[in-house]
Amino acid sequence: MDTTTATHQQTEPPTPEAGAERAARGATRPGDRIFLGLSRGSGILVLIVMAAIAAFLTYRSVLALSENEADFLTSFEWDPSGSPPRFGIAVLAFGTVVSSVIAMAIAVPVAVGIALFITHYAPRKLGGTIAYVIDLLAAVPSIVYGLWGALALVPHLNGLYGWLDDYFGWTGVLSWSGGPARSLFTVGILLAIMILPIITNVSREVFRQVPRTHEEAALALGATRWEVIRMAVLPFGRSGVISASMLGLGRALGETMAVAMVLSPVFDIRASLLEPGGGTFAQNIASKFNEATVMGQDALIASGLVLFVITLLVNGAARLIIARRKEYSGANA
Amino acid sequence: MAKRIDVSGLNAYYGSFLAIEDISMAVEPHSVTAFIGPSGCGKSTFLRTLNRMHEVTPGGRVEGKVMLDDENLYGAGIDPVAVRREVGMVFQRPNPFPTMSVYDNVAAGLRLNGSHRKAALDDIVEKSLRGANLWNEVKDRLNKPGSGLSGGQQQRLCIARAIAVEPDVLLMDEPCSALDPISTLAIEDLIGELKERFTIVIVTHNMQQAARVSDRTAFFNLAAVGRPGKLIEIDDTERIFSNPSVQATEDYISGRFG
Repeated sequence: MDTTTATHQQTEPPTPEAGAERAARGATRPGDRIFLGLSRGSGILVLIVMAAIAAFLTYRSVLALSENEADFLTSFEWDPSGSPPRFGIAVLAFGTVVSSVIAMAIAVPVAVGIALFITHYAPRKLGGTIAYVIDLLAAVPSIVYGLWGALALVPHLNGLYGWLDDYFGWTGVLSWSGGPARSLFTVGILLAIMILPIITNVSREVFRQVPRTHEEAALALGATRWEVIRMAVLPFGRSGVISASMLGLGRALGETMAVAMVLSPVFDIRASLLEPGGGTFAQNIASKFNEATVMGQDALIASGLVLFVITLLVNGAARLIIARRKEYSGANA
Repeated sequence: MAKRIDVSGLNAYYGSFLAIEDISMAVEPHSVTAFIGPSGCGKSTFLRTLNRMHEVTPGGRVEGKVMLDDENLYGAGIDPVAVRREVGMVFQRPNPFPTMSVYDNVAAGLRLNGSHRKAALDDIVEKSLRGANLWNEVKDRLNKPGSGLSGGQQQRLCIARAIAVEPDVLLMDEPCSALDPISTLAIEDLIGELKERFTIVIVTHNMQQAARVSDRTAFFNLAAVGRPGKLIEIDDTERIFSNPSVQATEDYISGRFG
């Protein structure tokens, strides 16, 4: 056996038998028994709370869905209080997914760029300052982003919108008729700024952990700084960046107040992303919940369940991507 | 191909700290030169000045001349990246790229030098792995991750990666210190074969190893901690280990050091 394998075995977690044996021995002391009870209780409590929430949401959703006369998944209507109630989530699913995709498309490359700059290009002091500012960005409450978005960002986007319309208007997806910039596109920009810190910070930590030996291996082969990043840093950080992006995506999918304050409350799918109107799950719940009837609440809860499922699917997909390349991850280096 | 190294008046600094002082030596092509000396005496630092890796350490700075045949590595207008393509390096701990397969690890340096056709790349990868005495062990798992190999195999993979780009010089920084005796022996045999093609410089803490593999041996020492490391003497290995001309060398190799 060579020494590398030997070190690996030392760092491996203890086998289940050893753990169980230790637990059995420890459980005979009162302190250990109390601690075991506390930690086991906390673990079980989480499961109970989750199950209770899921049961409540499902129960109320079923109540609403059994009365619904429209197709829940494809209908553009939202009239749960009518008789008969008619409501569907097509508009919300579209708005949520599209605004989050726009946010990711903007935020991920910028965040990776910032993280690389901080860890591999900037002088230590400048990098530290930038990292601090990014942390501040994360500390701003979302309602403040909403205020800024509605009062400062929206009025200043006319130039960009006009430019997009001039050059890409022919696609139909980016045409603009001059209305206020309270569209899914603006929401996407705002969400990008909001999720930038989390993606940057997690990516930065991952890039910082790239073993020096990997970077030197690339350098010694005659790699330029960019080639070092391409050969050693990015592959090592890949799964971490994916996780970071998923954290950001989770926030973008669920963001409520900022979206509600920026998006024009027209419940419809617009052909162009630049036209005001649309909706997201969270924004729709926030803006309709207070005045909703019982039936209206149940319909909103049903839409919330769908958001929950979408988030689960996205996370599952990310885990799959990471797991598929596990043997190539830096973890076994 | 294998080139002669001629160092004169070389100082290396970490920030304002002078780590090695006024080193001059010549290394002949197709020879193996071993650097020995106590920890902290600057032999690794000196090795890293030979491919301009010293200056990637923050604060790292070099004065003096390193001639590779007729070219001064520290001359004006010399690109350190280009230097490192001519002077390959193998590190103390095996460091294959964990995200790459065995094949991609060997091809990594070639791909940096421009695109190669698949068939040509296949040839060079096979030749390099054979050159590192690794081909028979990995030919059926070229597409498996390089980090899945044993430590000794990983180190030979790193050697294959370094020789794939046909450097003039191969630097080895304690290449066996993380390996078991059998893997160590495999690498030492390999060094003997590689000197047919390259100029080899190896840092080692293992004096038997220096005696076994090298033609010339350089002994480095430092007067005290915090003082710069110096080259005490360099001579034929046989002479260093039988009849060195400096007393300090004899004390060190016979274990009467410190």
